[in-house]
Amino acid sequence: MVATTAPDIVRTADGVPLKQKLQRVERSRQLKAVGLVMPLLLFIILSFALPILTMLKNAIDDPEDISQVLPATMQALQSWNGQDIPDEAAFAALAADLKQAQKDKTAALVGKRLNYEISGIRSKVIASARKAEKLEAGPYKDAIIAMDPVWGERDTWATIKRADSPWTSFYLLAALDMQRDADNSLESVPAERSIYKTVFVRTFWIAFQVTLATLILGFPVAYLLAKLPTRYSNLLMIFVLLPFWTSLLVRTTAWFVLLQDNGLINEMIQLLHLSSEPVRLIFSRLGTIIAMTHIQLPFTLLPIYSVMKTISPSHVRAARSLGAGPFYAFWRVYFPQTVPGIAAGCLLTFILCLGYYITPALVGGATDQMVSNLVATAINQENNWGKASALGGILLAATLILYSVYNRLVGVDKMKFG
Amino acid sequence: MPMPAYATTPERAWYYAHRVIVAAILLFLIAPILVIMPLSFNSEPYFSYPMPGLSLRWYEDFFTNDRWTLALQNSIIVAVSVTLVSTALGTLAALGLSRPRFPARGLIMSLLISPIVVPVIISAVGMYFFYTRVGLTNSIPGVVLAHTALATPFVVITVTATLSGFDQTLTRAAASLGSNPVHSFFKITLPLILPGVISGGLFAFVTSFDEVVVVLFIASPEQRTLPKQMFSGIREMISPTITAAATLLILFAVAMLTTVELLRRRSERLRGIRS
Repeated sequence: MVATTAPDIVRTADGVPLKQKLQRVERSRQLKAVGLVMPLLLFIILSFALPILTMLKNAIDDPEDISQVLPATMQALQSWNGQDIPDEAAFAALAADLKQAQKDKTAALVGKRLNYEISGIRSKVIASARKAEKLEAGPYKDAIIAMDPVWGERDTWATIKRADSPWTSFYLLAALDMQRDADNSLESVPAERSIYKTVFVRTFWIAFQVTLATLILGFPVAYLLAKLPTRYSNLLMIFVLLPFWTSLLVRTTAWFVLLQDNGLINEMIQLLHLSSEPVRLIFSRLGTIIAMTHIQLPFTLLPIYSVMKTISPSHVRAARSLGAGPFYAFWRVYFPQTVPGIAAGCLLTFILCLGYYITPALVGGATDQMVSNLVATAINQENNWGKASALGGILLAATLILYSVYNRLVGVDKMKFG
Repeated sequence: MPMPAYATTPERAWYYAHRVIVAAILLFLIAPILVIMPLSFNSEPYFSYPMPGLSLRWYEDFFTNDRWTLALQNSIIVAVSVTLVSTALGTLAALGLSRPRFPARGLIMSLLISPIVVPVIISAVGMYFFYTRVGLTNSIPGVVLAHTALATPFVVITVTATLSGFDQTLTRAAASLGSNPVHSFFKITLPLILPGVISGGLFAFVTSFDEVVVVLFIASPEQRTLPKQMFSGIREMISPTITAAATLLILFAVAMLTTVELLRRRSERLRGIRS
């Protein structure tokens, strides 16, 4: 037996200890592997991740920096307790700033920025700046409040103080139908102005309904395909894979044509005397759900099918031979083994449904849009980048949380297409 | 799945009911495709049956109208470029990721795959802001760049899956016989994983060929693609030419599906998996 004491370490031909040499080889291998991935990694970061991060920055960027217009006021408000109306010093500073703003023609900027949070204040600020020119000497407090009572409100001053930062939580809060009150604490916006929460709830609800529909429709098909001999199942698989490979626009067009008031589905309904009036399918929630279910069905079905293919039929046979009824054997022995496939398929479908844009835009109702459509409207029609980015950021956060759950449960490399 | 001899009456009933239900669901899957194809031969500009007569006028419009020919041309240019770039980048990355003990593999893999799950509107808006700043909007290279980011994950997934069945001892044998890594990649690895690489490339092609949201945001009418033309067709004024375009795209999907299926079988044969 050879004693393996410290001086007898194994060395390679060039005298380097073997362990060290192996580590070196391993490191160079890893470096080469990283080198192969690096081009794509850099590409994805530059062309995909960076654009999204810059977009997210818009969500917290204060678009109008009024701390440059009201420097003295901001300074004076630093010591403000936020409870009472600020003291004479703050009003004197405001008077000086407004005079300067009137000269520089920057008062409108202040009005615009404050108007984001206090509607209707814009014209009051502009008018006050004009009047401020005539203010000769103090005391300013009563004089300014006399110009417009809005300056005697705590909320106005709290909003000005909050605007003293290049960042704002305004858009993100607005996207959740929240706002800050004069005490700087969060509150829900009044119900009549609350719109976004409804859209988020609607998006999740549609995604849930579509996922459930694809599961109910996909499970029996996957079950039959997994049990049939390969030559039949391959043939039937074409019915699943052909729609999967067909352009999304083609399928949406087809549904657009089918769902018309005088389309084929309504003709069938009339023919079968199910309804005398055409059923409203196009531009409705029902139409969106039908078209989305059709598009997502293969995504739910295929993972379930591939899990079912691996389940040994002898398990159910064993259960039956031990006296289990057909339904009991299926439910207690077969079904639990399909759960990983159901989780993989449903989770992927749910994640993809959250981001739907084209189908709701073309088939859905105008007042029944999903979050993605709201983002598009904010960009295309309202030109409100902050709002679009805040809505997009919340949608992205929800998607990424679900994606990490998917990653933990299924693993991204198990994602299968076709 | 033959019915066992001991099946009871409810079991028999369920056996047939199951088949009927599945047939109905498969019909639901295929119906939109079957319905839209005949409409493309309608002689009148209506989208309903019965059709008064047959005609090829919508196909003629598709191949002669500038709006459609330019869209088709742009789509092909973009999709072919995307396929080349994303197949190269994706295959290289998959080779690296398949090496044993790759550092932070899970994290990098989920970043590389994320373009599939991130809502496309978010990618589109982000790219719109960012590409405007660097002057890439309203240009074909910009669209290619954006589509490559969205398409490469499919190549990574497909090639990684193919490589998982690849016998690494083959490259080691090549190395022990004196072949350098590049040579053994082209002589040994690539021929064996080629079906997977081509499938990944076809996925990339289809992804780009079918993408519309990013194009809506970062491209001008000059760079309109086929899906964008269809989108505005449905949105603004629906012309039956869209059914001709749809039919051609369905035939294209059939060709793609057949190719991928043949490649999958070839890949299984090469790896000795035969069911």
